[in-house]
Amino acid sequence: MAGKIKKFFIYLGLTLWAFIVLFPFYWMILSSVKSYSSYNRDYVPKFFTASPTMQNYADAFSAVPLARYLLNTLFFTVATTLIMLVVITLAAFAFARLDFAGKNTVFALFLALMMIPQELVVITNFVTITNLNLRNTFTGLILPSVTSVFYIYLLKENFEQVGDDLYKASKVDGTSDLRYLMRVLIPICRPTMITIVILKVIECWNSFVWPRLITDKQEYYLVSNGIQQIRENGFGRENIPAMMAAVVIISLPLIILFLVFRDKIMEGVATGGTKG
Amino acid sequence: MVKTGKLKGWLYLLPAILFLGVFMLYPLFDVFIYSFEEGYNFATQSFFGTGIYNYSYVLRDPYFIQALKNTFIIVIITVPLSTLVALFISLGLSSIKPLRELYQTVYFLPYVTNTLAVGLVFMILFKKTAYSDGLVNMLINLFGGESVDFITGPYAAKMFVMCFYTIWVVLPFKILILTSALASVPKVYYSAAQVDGTRPWRIFYKITLPMISPMIFYLVITGFIGAFKAYSDEVALFGTDLNSAGMNTIVGYIYDMLYGNSGGYPSYASAAAIILFVIVLTITLINLMVSKGLGSRS
Repeated sequence: MAGKIKKFFIYLGLTLWAFIVLFPFYWMILSSVKSYSSYNRDYVPKFFTASPTMQNYADAFSAVPLARYLLNTLFFTVATTLIMLVVITLAAFAFARLDFAGKNTVFALFLALMMIPQELVVITNFVTITNLNLRNTFTGLILPSVTSVFYIYLLKENFEQVGDDLYKASKVDGTSDLRYLMRVLIPICRPTMITIVILKVIECWNSFVWPRLITDKQEYYLVSNGIQQIRENGFGRENIPAMMAAVVIISLPLIILFLVFRDKIMEGVATGGTKG
Repeated sequence: MVKTGKLKGWLYLLPAILFLGVFMLYPLFDVFIYSFEEGYNFATQSFFGTGIYNYSYVLRDPYFIQALKNTFIIVIITVPLSTLVALFISLGLSSIKPLRELYQTVYFLPYVTNTLAVGLVFMILFKKTAYSDGLVNMLINLFGGESVDFITGPYAAKMFVMCFYTIWVVLPFKILILTSALASVPKVYYSAAQVDGTRPWRIFYKITLPMISPMIFYLVITGFIGAFKAYSDEVALFGTDLNSAGMNTIVGYIYDMLYGNSGGYPSYASAAAIILFVIVLTITLINLMVSKGLGSRS
């Protein structure tokens, strides 16, 4: 009996928090399908709407360049992730498999760089990109975030777990290092690479600070900057339903990604996540 | 053959070294240099002296003092509270079977959502406008309270929303880490304790807590570091002009000095960034010492 009561309170508490987590999502969807007039008529907000409308979604795309923001973010995310994959794979391979003087020193130096907070280097990077005339370009947006010491480290550890035998065998066969990397190592280590890709995609999709420093033209805004722009002067400040429609559109891609790759993402964040 | 082999290693490393060199290592030295260059002019790239003036300017700037105060309040409230709530939720999660996966999925959602976007929803829930007092005020009225403007109103109200939203944002990570830590405690210990008839509270205190304490310390340390760098969540709730909202943070102060209407002062920004770095480093070292001390005692 006491056990049952305890269970009840556990479920009650868990449900309460689940409710607090989900409620903002419910509210954003609800507000996004209320018509402008009915939203503003409710002095006391209502928890449902009798006549949902899709008009706000149309407004979100026509009144502000939301499609542009989405495309920019997509391009930024894909380009950054791809370039980063090449850079970190090559580096991880060098650390894991190749022999050269100074390797350990360089690796130690890399690890030391892991402790440097972004806030400390962002000032100079801002000046560098400005001086190179790369503000309001994708190059300027992408370049500073295409390396990650942590991912190099993660991948190197994974590469090292693949036995020496395969490498030696491929050497005997006369396979080149690059071919061995592409044909053997990468396929074997695919799970780790997928984890890295997913984490990087989440990071890119939500990045706000660097794009804000580097872009002041709407043509180059990413979704985070776009939503900030919408909040401050899109739609006329009071059109909250249209704002919420934009918020839904921006949030949806990652929520879908999460629901599809749930286990992969949670496992990846547990090993490599930092937010929080 | 041997020679090309040596070169090859460096060749594979070249892109990484190049990017890290330009965007990590060089800026690291540069930020110190900037912070000692007095009166640095961004347009002409000249300065008229070296010294510690930038530091003393920043430390006397009322906006920085405000940012420092805000950041410390956010850290002191959200880090212990979020860790504690995450611990309770994880304990709850690990003691149930049905629906567990569903709860875990729901709890993790905030991690993958855009903080700027969801922040806007929080703003609307809490904001009091001419058209509507907002949902939260409706609840307050329901219990007989007066409406409060949480977004542009009194400082305590703004700080409450700020901390609430911060906790909402950081909990997924903490719940995830603590749930997996709890799952990795060997079942044998619990069975043995049950055979001995140990009381549940004692089991928690003597078995569970010591087993997961390394992870709790890890969360506290990363929590401190993360909370000291609070910025995006503040923008999400109060907009980009955090100084006039009185809700700026240290990181926000750095960016405001660098860019925007009040920007163009990389020297002040650098000094503030180094002050932040020193604070974070000190707190982290204290944390490590405390965790070492507690660890060796048990």
